[in-house]
Amino acid sequence: MAEASVRNHLHEAVAHAQVKEAGAHEGQQHPIKLYLVVWGWLFVLSACSYLVDYVGLQGYLRWSLILLFMVLKAGLIVAVFMHMAWERLALAYAIIVPPVLVLVFVALMVIEADHTLLTRTLFFGAAP
Amino acid sequence: MAETTFTQPPETAARPDGLRGVAADWASDQRAFKNVSWGKAMMWIFLLSDTFIFGCFLLSYMTARMSTVVPWPNPSEVFGLHIGGVSVPLLLIAIMTFVLISSSGTMAMAVNFGYRRERRKTALLMLATAALGATFVGMQAFEWTKLISEGVRPWGNPWGAEQFGASFFMITGFHGTHVTIGVIFLLIVARKVLRGDYDVARRGFFTSRKGNYESVEIMGLYWHFVDLVWVFIFAFFYLW
Repeated sequence: MAEASVRNHLHEAVAHAQVKEAGAHEGQQHPIKLYLVVWGWLFVLSACSYLVDYVGLQGYLRWSLILLFMVLKAGLIVAVFMHMAWERLALAYAIIVPPVLVLVFVALMVIEADHTLLTRTLFFGAAP
Repeated sequence: MAETTFTQPPETAARPDGLRGVAADWASDQRAFKNVSWGKAMMWIFLLSDTFIFGCFLLSYMTARMSTVVPWPNPSEVFGLHIGGVSVPLLLIAIMTFVLISSSGTMAMAVNFGYRRERRKTALLMLATAALGATFVGMQAFEWTKLISEGVRPWGNPWGAEQFGASFFMITGFHGTHVTIGVIFLLIVARKVLRGDYDVARRGFFTSRKGNYESVEIMGLYWHFVDLVWVFIFAFFYLW
């Protein structure tokens, strides 16, 4: 529901931008209302992620909620505030695809960290 | 090999040699980003490189935290504040998050008013953004002071894993530096907007290039990126 309303606003704004482009083209012109709506959603999402800690959720529920709110916030900032939703796909791919490769690095370092922990536990007799 | 030479554009003029040739070859009109100015494309590419820097910091933090046999200090308690005898977890960090998001909102609107050529509103919104950014840095300074007085050092702390201090100072310090640079950058651009530099295409002091209101949007890209990085730091360092 939340996403749908944001998406509606995006569509409105895109339509608006296209009308603008037909006339005098000048930069990224979108209705102020769109920014205010996104601003409001960022507040709500931040409050949600703070509540995850405040309520004291633990384990996989906590981690998945943190990641969910983080990705939604990052997406809103990049798509609307940084206008990536209205840029050509060539630019969007050039900027957004390379950071995804960081996930490969994350996977490597998870394996490495597990190995380090294992050797520390085995050879230094420390309990994790 | 012969076929590839056919696909080359025909030679129109003799190419210059030496350093002049280097400049001419790199300056030829091949562009991938069709409707984006070089300034905006380069800001995006800079931000991409900055993403990798912060990505590496967060990765090293993850590796340290996953591989230590000593318990990691509980950020919820470490960054909590005592207000009227009640301990509120992460209170200062939550306020900092809202301050930075608000500054992103005012910046987005400044870009909008810039393209509408309402320079008073643009400059005022940029100054509001700078003020919120400075507030953020001030609260970060308070947080650092508090933690240092409690004995947090890059090589140790009273609560657990020694890597906590190093990760904390490195990540938040680098982010705070970015915010500080952003505030300075904002003040410079706001002054130019207020003076009407972008209406008359006055030449800049450093590159002598003519400015336009796209500079406000490029400035905005940097500022939103700083907010974006905070989203990840908040999630991984403070909440995890």
